[in-house]
Amino acid sequence: METVRVDRATRASRIFAVFAALALATLIAMPWWGDAGNMRLVGEMAYYLALAQLWNLLAGYAGLVSVGQQAYVGLGGYILFYLTGVWDMNVYLALAIAGPFAGLIAIPVSFAVFRLRGAYFAVGTWVVSEVFALFASLIAVLGAGSGLSLTPAILREISPDRDTRDIILYLMSLAISVFVFAVVYLLLRSRHGLALTAIRDSERASASLGVNTFRTKFIIYIATAACTGLIGSLIFLQKLRISPEAGFSINDWTVVVIFMVVIGGIGTLEGPFIGMVVFIVLRELLADYGKYYLILLGVIAIAVMLKAPYGIWGWIIQRFDLQLFPVGRRLALGLTGGPTDSVAKI
Amino acid sequence: MTWVNIIVQGALLGGFYALFAIGLSMSFGIMRLVNIAHGDLIVLSAYVALVATWYTGFDPFLSLVIVLPVMFGLGYLLQRGLLNQTLSGGLLPPLLVTFGISIIIQNTLLEVFGAQDYRLQEGAIETASLQTGGFYVGVYPLLVFAVAVACIAALQFLFYRTRLGRAFRAVSDDSDTAELMGIDNRKLYALAFAIAMIFTALAGVFFGIRTIFAPSSGPIRLILAFEAVIIGGLGSMWGTLIGGVVLGLAQAIGAALDPTWQTLAGHLAFLAILIVRPSGLFPRTRD
Repeated sequence: METVRVDRATRASRIFAVFAALALATLIAMPWWGDAGNMRLVGEMAYYLALAQLWNLLAGYAGLVSVGQQAYVGLGGYILFYLTGVWDMNVYLALAIAGPFAGLIAIPVSFAVFRLRGAYFAVGTWVVSEVFALFASLIAVLGAGSGLSLTPAILREISPDRDTRDIILYLMSLAISVFVFAVVYLLLRSRHGLALTAIRDSERASASLGVNTFRTKFIIYIATAACTGLIGSLIFLQKLRISPEAGFSINDWTVVVIFMVVIGGIGTLEGPFIGMVVFIVLRELLADYGKYYLILLGVIAIAVMLKAPYGIWGWIIQRFDLQLFPVGRRLALGLTGGPTDSVAKI
Repeated sequence: MTWVNIIVQGALLGGFYALFAIGLSMSFGIMRLVNIAHGDLIVLSAYVALVATWYTGFDPFLSLVIVLPVMFGLGYLLQRGLLNQTLSGGLLPPLLVTFGISIIIQNTLLEVFGAQDYRLQEGAIETASLQTGGFYVGVYPLLVFAVAVACIAALQFLFYRTRLGRAFRAVSDDSDTAELMGIDNRKLYALAFAIAMIFTALAGVFFGIRTIFAPSSGPIRLILAFEAVIIGGLGSMWGTLIGGVVLGLAQAIGAALDPTWQTLAGHLAFLAILIVRPSGLFPRTRD
């Protein structure tokens, strides 16, 4: 008699989970073994990874190719600076509000941009972010064109001691990255994840099979906006200054993030990791040569898009059928056998 | 009288935006190509003109004899070598490849020319003006508007009166069937992009004479051009002109209310029109 079992994990993913947990523990312990410079770099990697995961969820799964996510990065930053600077709010409370507030603002925005399809949607989201930037540069209480700075009093609220503050900010970046990753991972493994994967593969076919594509996309758009806003508030808490140009920069917060996702592999959870590492390594290696790393990044992104549209990770999946963060379901036939030869992927 | 003045100035500004948009509208209409690098190609054309004026001593208008062929050739090669490969796989490939081109152009210009501003000097025509009925009209904006109208008229002639234009319309309507009828789509697309690039180059030179430019000037030109194309409706050239004028009027009216509102008013008008009519005012091509 043959029994059929539904498997989610693979042997590789179980082994990898142990490594991932060890790596994460090592990073959490970094304040005890690393220096401030390394901590800053890893913190930056953490929030870039989170931004990449979110854009991947949006574009890779829900098919919402937004080039306007910088709207929510800047918005999150401005909310933090406004609440702490003008309202004297506690900085942690302000951080907690920044994300949900960005999500709230995304609701009316979605009514406008969801009228648009494909390329129109992309350009529409960009224009929305330009509108946000222009508003920020017109409003006097937001510092108009020159922006806002965090006062030392607000920083002392985190910790009076600079080293302790660096550690807290580092751990917060790490926590946000893990949080975003967990949200995306659990979402993709849930029923909604199945709907999202179906939309990724064919929006029309999934709609005809009963997936409520509009509602799914709407929820994803709002959730990514909220998470992006939260990351934005943390980024600018570390930068100490925000201006319309820096906050709503398409190149810093969207273009390089898109490149990371594309190079690593769009529509996979592993891809953004690889793309983020490629980006950081290129930037650090070419740190002495001005903007050449961006030129090289552009060249690599074009080459990947044309020669391996599913990115580095897509190529690995094709070659080795490897999944480190399994979100799909596999049928395993037979009583004893593990998920080895007779496996059908779903 | 001041309102008449505002409307005239806004309409003329619209001619400028229409000129920005012609190349984009053409590649959008024929190939459905979302060219994110369009603004950077406008700026690149201005730099090519700048270098041409340095080495030859030509004035900017005369430098067009160098700029136009250079950009035509570049356009042909870009489409033939790169962009043709992106057109069969949905929205993402063209978007990302042109994003890549955009970043490459911006940062290469930054490395070569630095971050400072440049301007093309054309002399007296920049500031000359005509006086009619109590208000002044700049000669240069008038010239730009006339050039935009002439370009669109020329394109209309190309599309509707020539064999090449018929082929363009055929691949726009149904590229597979056009190919079955013996059209080599890849060559035709390359030619279309090269021709579009002539208009982009023209826009770049007129832009460089009107305002200062820097490596980072591209993206906002792209947005303005996109807004003009989308307001006008996909694939309609006269629609693009009207889209530009609508945008120019919105900006002029916004600026009249409060000078800092100029750009914002244009964006808001664009978003409002999109919400009411997502396919623009005069759509011709099906998306």
